[in-house]
Amino acid sequence: MTGSRYNRQQKLQGFGPEGQQRLERARVLVVGAGGLGVPVSQYLAAMGVGTLGIIDGDRVETSNLHRQPAYTPADVGQLKVDVLQEVLHRQNPDITIRAYPEFLEPSKVSNLLLAYDLVVDATDRIPVRYLLDDACVLRGIPWVYGALHGFEGQVSVFNYQEGPTYRCLFPKMPKAGEIPDCNTLGTLGVLPGIIGTLQALEAVKVLCGIGEVLRGKLLLYNALDQRMQAIAFPRNPQQQPRRLDANAYQYVASCGPGTGISLSEYQERKAGGEAHLLVDVREPEEFDRAHLPDAINIPLGNLKPDQPEFRQTPHIYFYCKSGSRSAQACQRLEGLLDGVTLYSIEEGMHTFFNLDNEKI
Amino acid sequence: MKVLLFGVTRDIVGEAALSIPSAEAGELATVGALKAFLRHRYPALDHLSSLAVAVNKAYATDTDPLDTQDEIALIPPVSGG
Repeated sequence: MTGSRYNRQQKLQGFGPEGQQRLERARVLVVGAGGLGVPVSQYLAAMGVGTLGIIDGDRVETSNLHRQPAYTPADVGQLKVDVLQEVLHRQNPDITIRAYPEFLEPSKVSNLLLAYDLVVDATDRIPVRYLLDDACVLRGIPWVYGALHGFEGQVSVFNYQEGPTYRCLFPKMPKAGEIPDCNTLGTLGVLPGIIGTLQALEAVKVLCGIGEVLRGKLLLYNALDQRMQAIAFPRNPQQQPRRLDANAYQYVASCGPGTGISLSEYQERKAGGEAHLLVDVREPEEFDRAHLPDAINIPLGNLKPDQPEFRQTPHIYFYCKSGSRSAQACQRLEGLLDGVTLYSIEEGMHTFFNLDNEKI
Repeated sequence: MKVLLFGVTRDIVGEAALSIPSAEAGELATVGALKAFLRHRYPALDHLSSLAVAVNKAYATDTDPLDTQDEIALIPPVSGG
């Protein structure tokens, strides 16, 4: 079966049996099993990448299905990596697929990368890209970047053959709320498929040493007019490898000091009997799937200072999926509620899922 | 001078591209001057921590010179995946 499976690409001049052997020896980590992670991992698996790792702590939601066609309505509520591992194994039983049902953390990423030669970024969080960039620089391995905004996409290959990194392009991590995400902006189903397959292509070029890799080039794609352009950018010698400090990859809330709080600190305060209100600012369908105990749901878009519940409490704690929308909630209400202190639980539901899956 | 807008800069400005007439563009001698001009016109641009600028499809820094015929791109990081 293996002999004929790759026949068509082995026939291809410039790829050949050598290209196939290099794919079979390759170990690739895909970070994220969502809109980008699905096409990236499906093509890398189908083409015969020998070892494929996929890391994501998210579960399949109904609102994912229009752009993540590996999942079906029957998979809703399941861990994405578990479903995807099964799908990929059925498609190509000859390769090794490792599923990590968790989110990438500063304390673990360095060890995890020891087992891989290349990383493909398929995350939907900017801080994770800074973490990946720093970790890949420390480990000396390249990573394939892909990201979306509305009808646009960006693709590049960072830290490849002494080439520039993500920090060379975007030196400073944005603050919470600065750059909207897909949950806020929406996304057209096919766009992550296009950007993800471009990423899979770059991964294959890096692994097989063919063609011209997007090293030092940022590809900008616009789906509405089908325009693609590449921007050349150099390595910035001022960007030096840095330690993977656990606190360096949280979104910094721009609503003043003292308002960001960790989930464990919140839980301690709650256990201490502090009078407070806990507000989940995610969309109703996200809330209905799972939420923290005692939380009320007010989606960020509906948040107003004259909410009746806000009048009866000295402390309001906001949380969302990843700390971005909750920081925006603080920002929006800052100075509008007399005698009330606002907090944003920085890690959001991400940490909660990681801490204890039984709680939800 | 033509300024192409990507990501959130397009949302802030409300257009895919801006055309700056030669009279105004002539005053903008460097990338830094153009950024200050645009931030004044669109204050929300000032809130971006990282904003890459390309001149004629090559990355540029604030001190790089500009010509009235240049095509500039404003490129912020984008989040989705």
